[in-house]
Amino acid sequence: MNYETVIGLEVHLQLKTKTKAFCACAIDFGQAPNSGTCPVCLGFPGTLPVYNKAALNSAIKVALAFDCQIQKHTKFDRKNYFYPDLPKNYQISQYDLPLSRNGHLMIASQDAPKRIGITRIHLEEDAGKLIHEADASLVDFNRAGIPLLEIVSEPDLSSPQEAFDYLTGLKNILEYLDVSDCDMEKGSLRCDANISLRPQGVKELGVKTELKNMNSFKGIKDALTFEISRQTEMLQANQAMFQETRLWDADKGETVSMRSKEGAKDYRYFPDPDLTVFIIEEPMILAIKADLPELPEQKLRRFTQEYALSAYDAEILVNSKNDAKFAEDCIRKYPGSDKKAIVNWLIGPLLAEANYRKVKLHELNLDKDELIKLVGFVQRQEISFLSAKNVLTQMIASQKSAQTLIQEGNLLQVSDTGKLQEAIETVIGENEKSVNDFKAGKTNALMFLVGQVMKKSAGKANPKIVSDLISRRLS
Amino acid sequence: MAIDKETVKHIAHLARIELQPNELEKISGQLHDILGFIDKISSLDLEKVLPASHILPISNVLRDDQAHVSLTAEKALENAPSKKGNFFSVPKIIE
Amino acid sequence: MELNQLTAHVILGKLKAREVSLDAVYAALYARILKIEPQVKAYVRNNKEPVLPLESRPDSLLNGIPVTIKDNICTEGLNTECCSKILEGFRPPYDATVISKLKDSGAGIFPLKANMDEFAFGSSTENSYFGPTANPWSLKHVPGGSSGGSAAAVAADEAIWALGSDTGGSIRQPASFCGVVGLKPTYGRVSRFGLIAFASSLDQIGPITKDVQDAAILTGIIAGYDPKDSTSINQSVPDYTKSLTGEIKGLKIGIPKEYFVEGMDNEVKSIIEEAINKLKNLGAVTKPVSLPHTEYAVPVYYIIATAEASSNLARFDGVQYGYRAKSNNLIEMYKKTRAEGFGDEAKRRILLGTFALSHGYYDAYYLRALKVRTLIKQDFDRVFSDFDCIVTPTSPTAAFKIGEKTLDPLKMYLSDIYTISVNLAGIPAISIPCGFTKAGLPVGLQITAKAFNEEMLFRLAHTFEQNTEWHKLKPKL
Repeated sequence: MNYETVIGLEVHLQLKTKTKAFCACAIDFGQAPNSGTCPVCLGFPGTLPVYNKAALNSAIKVALAFDCQIQKHTKFDRKNYFYPDLPKNYQISQYDLPLSRNGHLMIASQDAPKRIGITRIHLEEDAGKLIHEADASLVDFNRAGIPLLEIVSEPDLSSPQEAFDYLTGLKNILEYLDVSDCDMEKGSLRCDANISLRPQGVKELGVKTELKNMNSFKGIKDALTFEISRQTEMLQANQAMFQETRLWDADKGETVSMRSKEGAKDYRYFPDPDLTVFIIEEPMILAIKADLPELPEQKLRRFTQEYALSAYDAEILVNSKNDAKFAEDCIRKYPGSDKKAIVNWLIGPLLAEANYRKVKLHELNLDKDELIKLVGFVQRQEISFLSAKNVLTQMIASQKSAQTLIQEGNLLQVSDTGKLQEAIETVIGENEKSVNDFKAGKTNALMFLVGQVMKKSAGKANPKIVSDLISRRLS
Repeated sequence: MAIDKETVKHIAHLARIELQPNELEKISGQLHDILGFIDKISSLDLEKVLPASHILPISNVLRDDQAHVSLTAEKALENAPSKKGNFFSVPKIIE
Repeated sequence: MELNQLTAHVILGKLKAREVSLDAVYAALYARILKIEPQVKAYVRNNKEPVLPLESRPDSLLNGIPVTIKDNICTEGLNTECCSKILEGFRPPYDATVISKLKDSGAGIFPLKANMDEFAFGSSTENSYFGPTANPWSLKHVPGGSSGGSAAAVAADEAIWALGSDTGGSIRQPASFCGVVGLKPTYGRVSRFGLIAFASSLDQIGPITKDVQDAAILTGIIAGYDPKDSTSINQSVPDYTKSLTGEIKGLKIGIPKEYFVEGMDNEVKSIIEEAINKLKNLGAVTKPVSLPHTEYAVPVYYIIATAEASSNLARFDGVQYGYRAKSNNLIEMYKKTRAEGFGDEAKRRILLGTFALSHGYYDAYYLRALKVRTLIKQDFDRVFSDFDCIVTPTSPTAAFKIGEKTLDPLKMYLSDIYTISVNLAGIPAISIPCGFTKAGLPVGLQITAKAFNEEMLFRLAHTFEQNTEWHKLKPKL
């Protein structure tokens, strides 16, 4: 029996507004515990919430970026449950009239781009942090009240890889919007997964398992992979499946059941009477839309059209907002309308340098003007491509100019055919066997002869020109 | 509507209030009477009526993203029944 | 008359004229408290509160005159416990907005807090953790609730004036039982920031005073937009003292027929009818009107108010402040703290509210109640399109005896029948003394007007008051 996988992802995103969702406490990580709080975010008796305008704007931006429908009348609801990190023992969230619904995100799939639906994006507030000790738990409310967005996907993902791609795509767009740090390690982006298996061809969803405690995109992929094999085994052995929550143990590489005694939770949602309704009118939406930065998909299209990049190349550049800016700055500075050369350098040697140094493209310690000059040297065939790559490495390491490094390395190629002829004649004279081999059709012989000329010129001859000259000379 | 003791027990758990057996008995009776009285509203035809979840004709109340001065940790913890350093302390959580 | 027996506006005059000193005012109050508090018990935690500095503020509006504050309004540096064990020792690190406004006007915050039903759950002040307050007119009777302490203190001249809170009648009913003036402003008129919440969509803070002029002054100070309260209206506050014109000729008053039915005490009925006649003699025109959904007000209130309360009171769990029970683990701590910290009425209401919101019952109870609330509001809107105000009794009876209704919660709830609709509709209402029963207990007249028309209330109430003597009478304590 073949089973297919159905995955849905629930992402919680901290917005990087200056202050919290419902009070004016500054959001400042790294503060001493409970020193970034006030009576409101502590939930002291008598306090009341007032929502942060910037958080609402950011939220609408995100909703628009994922093509969601904005709910004209939206409101906050109270989600009631008891836990020590929840100051009021209810979370201000949204239930039946969320800010936005029915969006989507495209991911690259095997054959064609795949549409992953986004069920809803809604507003809520973060809880405090708990530290568990042997006989007690300690609570720090600095994080309580930070504005969150909850982004819920449709169960449209069919594999752990798709889940991974969805998250990277999501993060990319969110970075473009500059609304969050999107850092899973720091906790500004958290993700839970829902997974179920069903026999191929069956329409009904299987029994759902909720997965928590993943701390990285890779962790999510691994946890889902583990779950698929665990559940497949169970289904094939005809074991009963029941709805549960499991925690990912990254060290052991397995999921563990939470085994909670409570049945389905009753959150007793009701509209929060301390907050007004929010009416989001067209003019407001249009104003925010007009203010949206160019998003990855648009930039991709523009790069392929404006700079004649292939989709493949464009996608590599567009994958990070700052990288895309860096690349575009370089492309714009590059003279002339044919940008192929600079693009090849960005995608080739520069990306290689970045990967090697384990940084992003835009983080390379490189002056863009110098890069352009370097490419110019190669285009004019004044240095070889190989030499130029080495110069690039040195430019990044030493911050010296291209010109300086080329002079220091004595790298200027000889392309003057006159000068090259001399060396060529000498080599032809000294290597009769290879000359005969070449005339007999062995192409290796040509390479050998070119090599000899390179030796004679201490590597400075332009190999391509030498090759041409020899071919012509001997034909 | 009738509200039985099992329901009251469940509600008491949701509300995190421990009820002694005699309390459970008494409160169940009282709630039963009160709910019987409240059931009056079930006879009304409310199909075309909108719920008044907010009585004031105001909307879109927001505040600017400007920081204020937060409390010191000392002030925040001043009323805490139990604390450890700058943390609030609670008994261990058994799942 | 002693200083403590005077109204605020008269004392203000004397202070500004340097006839008396602020110290003398406080001395008179403390002397009175010393004498009768053992019998009345209007204040709580006497001797445990820190003594606040006396600020004279001669150039300010209120010149240092102290205002007595109900125990559910947060006062920085002064314990605020809602007269509940679960909040014992709670000292807020901040002032409620109304307290800041009072301080800005130069008022003094009286260091003793007024007794109340725990978390405002009650109509008699018998649900206080500190024990009941007695009605100054008859010590065996209740002062009403939940602002019983505030009303009793004002009536007994243990306070010059006071603030209370009103969710279903908790200012007006005790004002009526104690023969003083009590106003519930329009919902949204006064900031709720710092008022420990009972029912967020119904609560309002308001004045309890010896006469209408004091109520007008005090309301003018505490009212106004507060950016810290999302439900606070951004509308300018008129000078309410200008409404004290002293005439009501031609005003159209509606008398709702549903309010004069069975269960109403006969004495109260005739006293109210006489009061209405007085209004007619003063030039007002009265006509019967109908508020057809009146009978649903109490059930609707006890669904909405308890639902909101169940959520508002979830924070009282022993974690950050107040009482914490001994326990071995977290869940035990929650359950024992709330079992030992809350009184019976609080538990009843929390359970009722939790039930109304719970899965499977939300539509039948909470949602339905919200719809009926719309109908109740529409009843009032319809009447106010034709009438300037509505006049009713504040309560179907005068004060009942301490212990009389405590065994039957439902009976207690039904005594709120005339005040509750007003909170559901979000409109303002005032209660003024209009007579006494043969047993010597005060009876109150309630005047209601449309939203933000407190001016109408002050105008009518003041005119009636100035043409009668009820406000001049004092209990024999």
